[in-house]
Amino acid sequence: MPAPRGPASAALTEYLRLEDHGTTRLDDDALHNEVSAAVAASPDILTDDDLQLALFLMYELHYTGIDGVRDELEWSSSLIAARGELERGFEAGLRDAVTMPELPLPIAEQVAEALFELTAPTPGPSLARYIAKNATREQLHEFLIQRSIYTLKEADPDTWMIPRLRGRAKAALIEIQTDEYGGGRQERIHANLYARTMRGAGLDDSYGAYLDLVPAITLASLNITTMFGLHRRLRGASVGHLAAFEMTSSLPSRMIAEGFRRNGYGDQVTDYFDEHVEADAVHEQIAARDLAGGLVEAQPELLADVMFGAAACLTIDGRAADHIRSRWEAGETSLRHAFTLEAA
Amino acid sequence: MTADARDGDDEIKGFGAASIVACPNGPLLVRGDVELLDGDGHPVPRTRPTIALCRCGASAVKPFCDGTHKLMRFRTEE
Ligand code: FES
Repeated sequence: MPAPRGPASAALTEYLRLEDHGTTRLDDDALHNEVSAAVAASPDILTDDDLQLALFLMYELHYTGIDGVRDELEWSSSLIAARGELERGFEAGLRDAVTMPELPLPIAEQVAEALFELTAPTPGPSLARYIAKNATREQLHEFLIQRSIYTLKEADPDTWMIPRLRGRAKAALIEIQTDEYGGGRQERIHANLYARTMRGAGLDDSYGAYLDLVPAITLASLNITTMFGLHRRLRGASVGHLAAFEMTSSLPSRMIAEGFRRNGYGDQVTDYFDEHVEADAVHEQIAARDLAGGLVEAQPELLADVMFGAAACLTIDGRAADHIRSRWEAGETSLRHAFTLEAA
Repeated sequence: MTADARDGDDEIKGFGAASIVACPNGPLLVRGDVELLDGDGHPVPRTRPTIALCRCGASAVKPFCDGTHKLMRFRTEE
C-alpha cells in the first residue's frame, strides 16, 4: 500500500486496510466525508497529490487489484460513492482547464482534419526534444519511471470502450488494440515491450514499484483515461483522448529513442520506442478517421465530447511533460524524491 | 437497448482481401495480403497486419510512414 499524501488518501488506505483485516469497519461516511471535503478544498485537483493518488487506488481495484485488498471491494458501494465525488471534481477541473477547440462538421474526414490540426506538431522546446539532445542517464531513468504508471498497462484503459461502440468505430478500435496487444503474441504486447525496456535500463518492472515517487500530474494522466473509459457517458471523450494520444506519439517516440541511443542504450531499451514510431503512424490514421470520424458520423451528438477528450489529452499530457522538462531545466528531479539506481 | 442494431456493411469480404486507403495529406494505409518488395525484389519485413506506406518521401523508416509528413505539412490536395 503506497504512502498516503493527504487526508483523502489516508482515509482510503485506512479503509482498504481495515477491510482487509475484516476488523472494525471504518464508518462508510467517514471516507465519503474526507473525500468530499478534500475535493471542495482542492485549489487544483489535476495536480493534487492526495486526490489523484486516492482516485488512482480506487481505479486499481478495477484493473489487477492491490496486494492485500479483497477483490470484493471493487464494487463496495461506499468506495463507488466516494469515487463519484472525486470524479465529479476531476471532470469539472478538466472542463475548466481545457480550452474547447472549434467544432468541425460531423463528417469523418472533417473530424480527422480538425484532430490533425489540433494535434499538429509545434516547434520549440518539448520533453521529447530535451530527451533527444540533453537528458542524462538519470533523467532517462526518471522518464521511464514516470511513464511506467500508464505504459505498464498500455491500452488497457481504452479496452473499456470496446463494448460501448459499434460499427466502423468499433472495428477501428479493435484494429488498434490488436496491435497494442501484439496481435495476441505475449512478447509483442506493448506493455510487455515496455517492461523489457525498464529491465534493460536496470529498473524494476513490477507494477507500482515506483508509485510513491510519481507526482500527481502523472497519476492524473492515467486517471483521466480510466475515468473516460469506465463511463459510457464519456465514450466520446474516451475516443477523442485515444485519437489525440496516438496522433502525438510517432515523432516524439523517434526523438526519445534517439536520447536513449545517445546515452549508449541498445535495442532492448529502444525497441519499445522504435516500435511506436511505425505503429502509431498507422494508428493515428485509423484513430482519426475511422474511430473518431466513424463515431461522430454514427452519433453526431458526441462530436463535442470527442473534441473535448482530444483537447483534454493534450492539456494533461502537456502539463505532465512540461512538469518534467521544467524540473530538469532547473537542475531538479521531476519525481517526488530523487531516485538513484543502485548498481547491480 | 438502442433502436439501431445495424452494425455495418452486409458484404463480407475475404480476410486477405487487399485494400489501400489514400489518407488525405498522409500515407497509404495498406490492409490484406499484399507482397511488399524492395527495389531488388526482396521482401520487406512486415510486422503488423495494417501498414502505412510513406508517400511524402520524408520518412526515416521508408517505405513506412513515421509521421514526418506532418512536419512538412505535406498536402495531397490543393
Ligand atoms: S507519408 Fe508519413 S512520413 Fe511520409
